[in-house]
Amino acid sequence: MSPKNNSSEVATLRTVPVGRLARVISVNGNTRITKRLMEMGVIPGVSLRVVKTAPFGDPIEVKVRGYSLAMRKNEAESIEVSF
Amino acid sequence: MKQNGHRSQLTIALAGNPNAGKTTLFNSLTGLKQKVANYPGVTVERKHGTWKLESGHANLIDLPGLYSLDATSLDEQIARDVITGKQDGVPKPDAVIAVVDATNLERNLYLVTQLFEFDVPVVIALTMIDAFEKQKHEIDIGKLSKLLKVPVVAVNAKSGRGKGELIEKLGEVIERGPITPFETNGHGEDGENAKIFARYNFISDVVQESVKHNDRERHQFSERIDRVLTHKFFGLVILVGVLLLVFQAIFSWASLPMDLLDKGFGSLGDLVKAELPPGILTDLIADGIIAGVGGVMVFLPQILLLFLFISILEDTGYLARAAFLLDKLMSRVGLHGKAFLPLMSSFACAIPGIMATRTIESRRDRFATILIAPLMSCSARLPVYTLMIAAFFAGRTVLGFVSLGAVLMLAMYSLGIAVAVVVAFVLKRTVLKAPPPPFVMELPPYRLPNIRTVFQNMLTRAWLFVKRAGTVILAISIILWALTYFPRQGSGPVSEVPNLSAEQTAGSPQGNGASDQIQHSFAGMLGHAIEPVIRPLGFDWKIGVALIASFAAREVLVSTLSIIYNVGDDESAKGKGGDAESPTLISAIRDAKHDDGTPAWTPLTAVTLMVFFVLAMQCMSTVAVVRRETNSWRWTLFMIGYMTGLAWIAAFITYQGGKALGFG
Repeated sequence: MSPKNNSSEVATLRTVPVGRLARVISVNGNTRITKRLMEMGVIPGVSLRVVKTAPFGDPIEVKVRGYSLAMRKNEAESIEVSF
Repeated sequence: MKQNGHRSQLTIALAGNPNAGKTTLFNSLTGLKQKVANYPGVTVERKHGTWKLESGHANLIDLPGLYSLDATSLDEQIARDVITGKQDGVPKPDAVIAVVDATNLERNLYLVTQLFEFDVPVVIALTMIDAFEKQKHEIDIGKLSKLLKVPVVAVNAKSGRGKGELIEKLGEVIERGPITPFETNGHGEDGENAKIFARYNFISDVVQESVKHNDRERHQFSERIDRVLTHKFFGLVILVGVLLLVFQAIFSWASLPMDLLDKGFGSLGDLVKAELPPGILTDLIADGIIAGVGGVMVFLPQILLLFLFISILEDTGYLARAAFLLDKLMSRVGLHGKAFLPLMSSFACAIPGIMATRTIESRRDRFATILIAPLMSCSARLPVYTLMIAAFFAGRTVLGFVSLGAVLMLAMYSLGIAVAVVVAFVLKRTVLKAPPPPFVMELPPYRLPNIRTVFQNMLTRAWLFVKRAGTVILAISIILWALTYFPRQGSGPVSEVPNLSAEQTAGSPQGNGASDQIQHSFAGMLGHAIEPVIRPLGFDWKIGVALIASFAAREVLVSTLSIIYNVGDDESAKGKGGDAESPTLISAIRDAKHDDGTPAWTPLTAVTLMVFFVLAMQCMSTVAVVRRETNSWRWTLFMIGYMTGLAWIAAFITYQGGKALGFG
């Protein structure tokens, strides 16, 4: 599914283009939301794929651990990934 | 509260992620023997039922859908208290059935690893196993059970698969007592996060050993549907279509059963009047209780239909997509994407709309949505708008071809929406201050709805409405009835007052008696009392009486005006009858004069009254439902206060501004 990409970048999930696979490096911030994200399986080491963006540009849908999770770009910003 | 006092009976709790099939399993285990209420002091639903076992009965508690037991949300707090036996009125469960969705094993098992840390025996009920295997994945249930050190039972609510085994395994684990297959203690300084990582590491190992995934088939079906349903263009078109369908259903399909209910209660009231000896008690039963309760029951078809649709949309997984599509728009005013459907429904009726806010998790966002829902112009405002337009704007056009009535109607709907947007914006920055609600939401795979779950959900809602709202509404209708009934004019009940004055010919024989009665009643006195307040709006005390009486329900304005102006028969008009297009009422309003001979109504008064009705909280059923859903009189009174205040201000601006501009 993921296009081969040798030069892996470090960025927040917000900037990952649709269709790309990314690996979580860290979930930053210590809020209820970052905790909820981690409880839902978004933890360092897990890989996820950005599936799509909602019609008005936000939120985004990612596939993680075999299920679909929607989050706003604001929330995606707290997730550091390499892709 | 201690209905489950005898400890000889087993108590079993059902825990699981949202969308894991927990409710379906609960329904299939308990059948119709279930009760829904709220946990004391909060609006978290408390659902429990009786599960018939061979050796007696078990009390089955359906916990709210959970992703975690860390007590960061109210649902989690309550679930935790129930499991640890700290929740009042709920005995500590003897065992927990953890409902786990096989198609989403890793995340579902997270909750299970947390359950292990509580001192309670656990059995895992594995759902969606058929769907999982259909996707050509393989799962070794024996191995899973061995690794997790707890029994794992594949269940299917539809076929009944696994029910017997579930009972058997429950017996075993209860006898064995709780075990701790896995510890997360003793991890470094960043304890909380370390625990989460440790749980997922454990899960990954377990899943890797017991499941063989066929990655190519994984959730392809849902993704293909989603390509259309959340498409940038078609997704929105379909969403509008779905909303139109729901709207259409509660707006027009419900009208036939509503009319029937209305007529039914009307005839019941007539029957009581005919059969019982005339007197206060008969009037109380017919005009107070039957008319009041009947006025509420007419909302039942709308509630049933809306919840039928919501249950289907929720069960199929579409509701989450609708929130996904619209979240951006809703977040602009500080609301959650899920607020859209409740608000949309409120155009038909705020009551089911407010009840539908339960899908919004955050309390502040839910309250903000509840507080603005009654600003959507509901169907009960239509008779008021229609009467005013028919009396003063009939046949007038704008630009030669657009009917002025339609323009006014559109203006009223727009006014409600605009004010709602502003109010939501202000609320979310003041009393309900919170950042735009976070939107971290699962988009569950599409599934066919379970008919039983859908119907049970619908009936539960309807029953909650009838039972709880009914008590408050009954009390308010008796008070409102008494306000118009006392003190008595003459000696007997209204219907026996002879027709003394002959100058009014438009009315029925009883018309004058009723008019006299209401004018000299407490409501009439109140009308006089509030006249100084409503005078700047161009309303006289007669309109004041109608405003007070129509607190019962907006459309009562029409019937009350009929009584005050001596047109139409009082009995059928009182409940809700009152025809907004009755020519006699229209001419009575047009011809009504102040004591000084100037007309009581002008077109400007009519527009002002419409504006007032857009914004004012003139509906006791809504009040009762808000009280129930917020569990707080403070918020309920706040809503009445702010709406009435805004209504007054807007009406004042309309009337005084209109006069300054030379209208009216």
